[in-house]
Amino acid sequence: MTAVLACQGVRKVFGSSVVLDGLDLEVAEHEVVALIGASGSGKSTLLRCVNLLEELDDGTIHLDGSHITDPRVNPDLVRRKIGIVFQSYNLFPHLSVLDNITLAPVRVHKRSVSSARAQALELLTRIGLADKASAYPDRLSGGQQQRVAIVRALVNAPRLLLLDEVTSALDPELVGEVLDLISDLKRDGMTMVLATHEMNFARQVADRVCFLDGGRIVEQGPPSQVLDAPVEPRTQQFLRRLAPA
Amino acid sequence: MTRSDTAFTPSAVQLDRVAWRRRQTIRSILVAALSTAVLGALLVFAVTGAPGWDRVRQSFLDPSIAADALPDVLRGLWLNIRLLVFCALGSLGLGLVIALLRTLRGPVFFPVRALAVSYTYTFRGLPLIIVIYVLTLGVPGLRLQGMPSVLVLGGAALVLTYSGYLAEVFRAGIESVHPSQVAAARSLGLTYRQAMRHVVLPQAVRRVAPPLLNDTVALQKDVGLVSLAGPIDAVRAAQISTAEHFNYTPYIVAGVLFVLLAIPLIAVTDWVTLRAARRQAGR
Repeated sequence: MTAVLACQGVRKVFGSSVVLDGLDLEVAEHEVVALIGASGSGKSTLLRCVNLLEELDDGTIHLDGSHITDPRVNPDLVRRKIGIVFQSYNLFPHLSVLDNITLAPVRVHKRSVSSARAQALELLTRIGLADKASAYPDRLSGGQQQRVAIVRALVNAPRLLLLDEVTSALDPELVGEVLDLISDLKRDGMTMVLATHEMNFARQVADRVCFLDGGRIVEQGPPSQVLDAPVEPRTQQFLRRLAPA
Repeated sequence: MTRSDTAFTPSAVQLDRVAWRRRQTIRSILVAALSTAVLGALLVFAVTGAPGWDRVRQSFLDPSIAADALPDVLRGLWLNIRLLVFCALGSLGLGLVIALLRTLRGPVFFPVRALAVSYTYTFRGLPLIIVIYVLTLGVPGLRLQGMPSVLVLGGAALVLTYSGYLAEVFRAGIESVHPSQVAAARSLGLTYRQAMRHVVLPQAVRRVAPPLLNDTVALQKDVGLVSLAGPIDAVRAAQISTAEHFNYTPYIVAGVLFVLLAIPLIAVTDWVTLRAARRQAGR
């Protein structure tokens, strides 16, 4: 079976700093992969490259076996199969919650407004935000906005969901509701790649943890192995710094 | 968090603070009223007490001449209003199109971008009067078939000039929308065009509504310049009436009417600006 996502030798340079330096990563169907590592280790950049928001400087990325980093491929068609959720939510402030969610189904996937709305309401009900359907994003708490952003990505039924530090901008008491939603998605079999600073969350939800350093994956494996018994000195050092003093 | 306040009785300190603030407010109002009255009295005294006041009053503020000139000036003003509506809509539309052409990407669109840029440079630099002369005097000289009236040509000159300014206002609005909004839209599979239409433009137009309306207020005064080419607008009608009576009162009549016309537009601009500021503060 081909992997849902396959990155080979991915290189990305910003100015004089090499952010991704020949990175390899494969993600199987229904697998949840957590990317951990210090700020600037390239976690977010990798996700943006996969969603074709950044151009590669070398290497290839395949989605379901087809080469998506070929410049002749229409990026709009690729992005329809990939959902991404950002640290800063990036909801559209001029649209209501419901319109935020139904924009892509109606405009991109050409579905009828009524069926898109029905599906959006069903998803909102599932995450307990049906009463906010007609509210504007600035009336919602950070946790609520991020859950709406996740639903907005899900409504397109993506093959792959990318989560970029989705809890980093949230107050501690709001983190739980977002993490619960992601755990639900894992139960539903969603294939996900998430960049995170929350080691406990990585432990809970990830099938595999990858530690990034210097633009490569230095160490990877099941959470219990990478987080509790790291082999590489750099992983040990990173985790030691995170541990409460 | 919000508990009922019915059982709450303010402390003596709080009561004292409230009373002191109330006294301060009353004092402020009294001071403002007094200083306004003094300044007004001084102005009236200075103007009416001036040695030439009687002559000025006769030649600028003659009620009978004002009444005589009013119908003609009003007829001219009606032309101003119609021109304003058409020119405002025309330059808003053309300005938006030019701003959008400037945002197009890709090598195919290079000539379009270059044209849009040189358009805004040319028509923001060129004095309006020259554009009006070229269009209303020069273009009819070509003696082409189906030449529109001088009024239409003058309106076109206004639209050409003002859309240069409005295009830049629209562009500023488009650029003020954070790139992460485009990234979010594109990541959902929207094309560049769809992201522009459904995500960027609605936010951009809301943000630049106050400066757009401000330019419309300025346009209102400039529409009268088409009278240079012949059509009789309010200022031109006042000029004719002035020449008939050897008296400047018709100009004052026209001036008052222009201010009255501007008040609703300016009020709307202020209201929109205030609302935009409140929305931003609410973030």
